[in-house]
Amino acid sequence: MEAIVLQILNGLDKGSAYALIALGLTLIFGTLGVVNFAHGALFMIGAFCAVTLSRILTLSHTIIDESKTDFLGNPLKVEVPYIYDIFGEVLGNSIIDWAVPISILFAIPIMIFIGYIMERGLIRHFYKRPHADQILVTFGLAIVLQEIIKYFYGANPIPTPAPEVFKGSFDFGAMLGMDPNVIIYPYWRLVYFAFSAVIIGGVFAFLQFTTFGMVVRAGMADRETVGLLGINIDRRFTMMFGLAAAVAGLAGVMYTPINSPNYHMGMDFLVLSFVVVVVGGMGSLSGAVLAGFLLGILESFASMTVVLETLPGINQVIIYLVAMIVLLTRPRGLMGKAGVMEE
Amino acid sequence: MFGLDKKDSGLLLVVIALTILAPFILNPFPESSAMAQFNAGYPDLMQRLVIFGIFAIGFNILFGLTGYLSFGHAAFLGVGSYAGIWMIKLLTLNIIPAIIASIIVAGLFSLLVGWISLRRSGIYFSILTLAFAQMSYSLAYSVLTPITGGETGLQPKVSDPRIFDAALEEGTTPRANLFGMFMNDSYELALGGWVFTFNVGYYIAAALLIFAFYISIRIFRSPFGLMLRAVKSNQQRLNYTGVESRPYTLAAFVISGMYAGLAGGLLVAMDTQAGAERMFWTASGEVVLMTILGGAGTLIGPVLGAGFIKYFENIVSKINETILEAWFSFLPAGLTDFFVAIFYPFIGKGWHLTLGIIFMLVVIFLPGGLMEGGQRIANLFKRKSDKDSGAGKSQPAPAE
Repeated sequence: MEAIVLQILNGLDKGSAYALIALGLTLIFGTLGVVNFAHGALFMIGAFCAVTLSRILTLSHTIIDESKTDFLGNPLKVEVPYIYDIFGEVLGNSIIDWAVPISILFAIPIMIFIGYIMERGLIRHFYKRPHADQILVTFGLAIVLQEIIKYFYGANPIPTPAPEVFKGSFDFGAMLGMDPNVIIYPYWRLVYFAFSAVIIGGVFAFLQFTTFGMVVRAGMADRETVGLLGINIDRRFTMMFGLAAAVAGLAGVMYTPINSPNYHMGMDFLVLSFVVVVVGGMGSLSGAVLAGFLLGILESFASMTVVLETLPGINQVIIYLVAMIVLLTRPRGLMGKAGVMEE
Repeated sequence: MFGLDKKDSGLLLVVIALTILAPFILNPFPESSAMAQFNAGYPDLMQRLVIFGIFAIGFNILFGLTGYLSFGHAAFLGVGSYAGIWMIKLLTLNIIPAIIASIIVAGLFSLLVGWISLRRSGIYFSILTLAFAQMSYSLAYSVLTPITGGETGLQPKVSDPRIFDAALEEGTTPRANLFGMFMNDSYELALGGWVFTFNVGYYIAAALLIFAFYISIRIFRSPFGLMLRAVKSNQQRLNYTGVESRPYTLAAFVISGMYAGLAGGLLVAMDTQAGAERMFWTASGEVVLMTILGGAGTLIGPVLGAGFIKYFENIVSKINETILEAWFSFLPAGLTDFFVAIFYPFIGKGWHLTLGIIFMLVVIFLPGGLMEGGQRIANLFKRKSDKDSGAGKSQPAPAE
């Protein structure tokens, strides 16, 4: 029992990341009909928004502290972040400490802007081209974005810690009345899960309960008719692209304390997210979320020692294996609708 | 010639001439000159040029003719490599069993993958092949370590059984050979300031490239090739006329898998090692880049694309800041720094950035690749001369 709960919990954070990226992917696919291979790069850029902000916050100047001396007896030079000068030491320190959550505010406008530029500048010209061309050009774009980040930030992972409050882990099992010290779970992963649940809920609420969302859903069902009603559906779809980019970016921002971001993290997630989208059903939002969590949890179950002893290496391939079986038995994916992407 | 029409024979002869004369063509600058770093006539690079040429020709048979975009082709190359290295370890250092085994094993593997993946088309096919390749890669890295060597990969050792060979002396390195001709043996010809290298391995690989190219011409011109084109242009219509298209696409898939296996076997023959990183999905992406860059669906395009990418990969990554500074040193000091700063991100380690940008530009503006570019330029000149004679024959012929 404990083992099962533990594996479900372990699967949640990866599953959340898969679900968020896959949600954006399928949102783009459902609205614009574009297969976006650069979506993983957006996730990665989001993560680097957090890195950038924490670097900006810790920008510092050197002052000479006369009261202390270094080992040579000279007055000690101390690096003081500019933020101390503005907010004072205590508040400044906690701002630096909370850099990752603060980056959310910083990342949203940046990601929407990047998404907007991408859609207007590049992807717009590919609506009429075959899917193979869309895959190829976004693949090229992903390489370019990734290399730009590598040029500025280097190839090594950059550790970006979570706020002090969320560091460490807690005994989840004891809370549920099980044996203590069996289910130890880091706080930040729970935060990540809650955060992604909020985002996913937000996107669904936005599409379900606002007029804008209603028009977008109508456009996904029948773009032409919505256009004939005199609604500028293209503009709304562009905004949805921005939204999808922001979702991917936020997923990246919050993921940084779990895994130090490096320039190819997007690609690593992208391949799996595509598999998630396909399993969930192309163009189906709920399918993407469901499949994201399902595959994340399945993956963590497959890495249990008991499973690995009977089926060595299964944790490496389980997602692909499931994807193959789903694609061959349920060609539309788990929750795919008829008529989307059928050749 | 060999059942080819005049135009195709011409093309084949061009390829033959290019491959035979490559040591001269790729070494245009004297050894002592400042431009010598742009020479590509050294064995390692030349071998890679032709091997990836073979890989791209094979990929083109699938993608260029049927339009099925496989994102997992590197898996076949990797499987071929492993098969090849095991032949070298178990049977003999002669490369013939290695190459034959790599083609057969890659063919069988692609039969399995194709049989499953080809049930779907479009993006689903791409993702299925990608999933297979990633699966092979992860397995090769983890569970299959006894067979694949895991992270260290496989190299021939002196202690290997090699049942057909006489035992090697302790301390000698096992070198791959073809009936006593060692792959890394070269003959160097010094002519004036130039040094040309003729490498055994290169010429063996080049002979296979010519053969592979010939087969690909025959496939392009055969009724079978026509059927594959029909799949690309309108599969539904083909199905309505009562043709089952899957056997054709599967055959194309297996053939291109065997090409990839041949390339993998040759890689092993040249550097006698195999590793899982050859199967990573970026490697699959690379062959897609080569084919698109050269011109998918054209005969010679993929070879050019492979050559282009491998050549610039080697050359551009070698340029460093000092060389850039030397180039722009004729400018006033401020401008030199400015240009160096501008170009610096694109050279050396920034090669992938350059590649990504070139690739995007090609997909956006020249979907037919370099071949289409060449054609457009040719048409531009033709139109000028046509204007004088008044014949408006500017209808662009489809690139072949």
